[in-house]
Order: sequence, then structure tokens, then C-alpha cells
Amino acid sequence: MKIVIINYGAGNIQSIMFAIERLGFKAVLSNNPEEIKSADKVIFPGVGEASSAMTKLRESGLDSLIPELKQPVLGICLGMQLMCNKTEEGNTKGLGIFDVDVVKFSSNVKVPQMGWNQIYDLKTDLFKGISENEFMYLVHSFYAPNCKYAVATTNYDVEYASALQKDNFYGTQFHPEKSGDVGEKILGNFLKM
Amino acid sequence: MLAKRIIPCLDIKNGRTVKGVNFVDLRDAGDPVELAEIYSSEGADELVFLDISATEERRKTLVNMVRSVAEKINIPFTVGGGISSIEDVDILLNNGADKVSINSSAVKNPQLINDLAQKFGSQCVVVAIDAKQIGGQWIVHLVGGKVPTELNLFDWAVEVAERGAGEILFTSMDNDGTKNGFANEALAKLSELVNIPIIASGGAGNIHHFVDSFKEGKADAALAASVFHFKEIEIKALKQELRNNNIEVRL
Repeated sequence: MKIVIINYGAGNIQSIMFAIERLGFKAVLSNNPEEIKSADKVIFPGVGEASSAMTKLRESGLDSLIPELKQPVLGICLGMQLMCNKTEEGNTKGLGIFDVDVVKFSSNVKVPQMGWNQIYDLKTDLFKGISENEFMYLVHSFYAPNCKYAVATTNYDVEYASALQKDNFYGTQFHPEKSGDVGEKILGNFLKM
Repeated sequence: MLAKRIIPCLDIKNGRTVKGVNFVDLRDAGDPVELAEIYSSEGADELVFLDISATEERRKTLVNMVRSVAEKINIPFTVGGGISSIEDVDILLNNGADKVSINSSAVKNPQLINDLAQKFGSQCVVVAIDAKQIGGQWIVHLVGGKVPTELNLFDWAVEVAERGAGEILFTSMDNDGTKNGFANEALAKLSELVNIPIIASGGAGNIHHFVDSFKEGKADAALAASVFHFKEIEIKALKQELRNNNIEVRL
């Protein structure tokens, strides 16, 4: 199986590489369109700031490639947010895969949300064998509101979508690669799709 | 609900853990990876590695250690100690660290906080603040609490949050090593003043000190070293007791 992690210079990808290795697979890092298109699974990572990440995607033409992919694609954290219509962070237009707008947490709570929070109302095979209310590791200031694409929900300030799915596209706001054994199982579920 | 975090801190010198550790089942008490694995399996929510080595080779050794930890550990970890530039941070994050902690370098060059937050995102910038009370004022100290600065703890905390820190690790030098509990009053004031997470550090001696740091100190996370290394407190038992006190934890 060929797993490609999209490399566009946004964030810490080493942890995802290692998590995939712990699951017994090997991933390659690439920004080459042909290599990404030919992968069995594509992981779209991202930490950092939305508008500069989007600029990097546009510079390499990946912004038009990603929405066209046919194989299972998993966006993680900022990767998931960039798959949405737009985000309040830097007033940035996203890839428009999920028809939802990413907004900022209010000042009623500490921002960023940092740490372990529960996921519930789990849907799709991404969460096969995963119990409701497991804790996942999250670090983020912006969130996708609950919507028809939500396949996991988390409560912080409001109930929001901590995972999204549409067709072959999946996104998790949490970091499965940093969420202990349960997180690794979710990543494994994705790789088995 | 967002869980309160328990964070063991490991001191690292030349790629090895220092200070005594008291785990009977360790093959090699100095191996940070082995200790990290044990803490992770016991339910630690995060780990902090504090590099205290001063050799020329320190950066290379630290990077190798970070890489080995990231290979094996599936919970987040922070690396601190001697980090003073964007390049330092870049290489640590690229090798698998999730966050970095800066202390003296932020006091000497506060713009570093802005630069790191802009380049890597606030989520990976922890500003560590060591402070103690002098004449009723909480004064920020450097070099492990030896050198006083002109800065007031609360003013500095507000400034680092404004500059883009994602989290504050506050160590009370008055409490550190006493095992008499955390500096809960100062912690609670910090939590009211800034809207980013606060990690309590310094003074953990028993399980109830942790309960107090969350209830009275309103901390988001609590960090300790020796009580974990010497197994005076086991993380599982600690988290169970926190839950018994209606504090949300990941069990």
C-alpha cells in the first residue's frame, strides 16, 4: 500500500510518519502531483496558521489537486480546517470540500483549546471499534461548527465537529498520531479503508 | 469536557535523564525513551523534557533524543532548555517534538515569542516562567531561579500571552522542592489574567496538592518531577483521585 503525506512545508509531519510506522506501514512525503494521485491513501497534515498554509498550497498547485483526489484522504487539524469553505483565521478561503465555515472559539473559554477532550456521536468506519467518549488530543483556536458532515462531536465552548466526512474525504480536528493507542487505532482504521 | 492534564517532567543531560529515578522495572534508568514509555503507559497526558546540558554537542544529542522519543511515544511532548532561535525550534519540531518551551531567551528577546508564534503557530510555543516572591511581589527569575529580573510575574504573563504564547508553564521557586503544594493563589490570578492555558509547577508533594492546584489554583495542567520519578505518587492513582474529586481527567 502506498501512503503519501502531502508535504507543503506546514508543520510537524515526523510524528505522523512515526505513527504510521508503528502501525506497520511506511509513508512517503511528497508534493509531486503524480505521486499524490497514484497513492492508495493520502494524508493532508497541517499545523500553524491558515492563510500562510493556504498560500503554500496555492504556490505548489496543490489547492486544485486535493479536491480532485479519488482515494481516501485524511486531513488532520489545520489540514481538516483547510478542507472547509473558509476559515476566520486570516480570513482565508479553503479548499471547499466540506461546505462549512471554520470559526474561532469565543473568549468564554481559554484559547487555544489544548489537551485531551472527548469525541462522541461517532460515525463511519473511521471510528470502527472505537468507544464513544474516548479522549483525543486537540490543539486549536478555530473549529468547524456541527454540520451534516460531522462524524464526531466534541464539546468546548460549543458542540462542534471534531471529525468530518464527505465521500472519500475525512478530516479530524484531533491528532490521531498523538492520541495514545486509541488515536493510533483510528489512524489504522483510515489506512485500512 | 476538556480534561486536566498531568505532566511528568524529565531532566535531560547529554541525551540521558538525570536526577534519581526509582523504577524497579527499568532496564536503564537513564534512557529517556524507556521512561517516557512507562509514563505514557501509566496515563501521563504529556511529557516535558528539560535539557540541562551545556556542551557543544548538546543540540545534536538533543535532536537524536527527540527523534527516538517521537518514534516510540504516541502522546504529545515538549522540549525546553537553551532554545533561543527559530532554527533551534525548527529542528526540534521537524524531528517530532510537539512544542518547545522557552524561558530566559524570551526574557532577553521577547520578540522571539512573536516570531515563533508566527512561524510555527502559538500551539507549539510554551513560555516557562520561574518566579518567586520578593517583598510581596512575584518577581521573574532566570537561570533556574538564581538571577532576579525587573519583571513582575503577572505583567510578564500578560505580555507573553499578547505576543502569541500558546501556554504558560509557571514554576514557583518558593514552592519548588518544598513538597508543600503549588502556589495556588498566584496560579488562580494568572488564570484570571490571561486566556491561555496555565501549567502549574513547583511544590507537588502529595495527591491533594494536585487536587488543590486544579480547584484553587484553576490550573489547566500540573507538572511534577520527583514525586513521579521516585514513585511517591503513581499517575493512575493520582488521576483516579482527581476524578473522585470531580476533576475531569483522561483515565
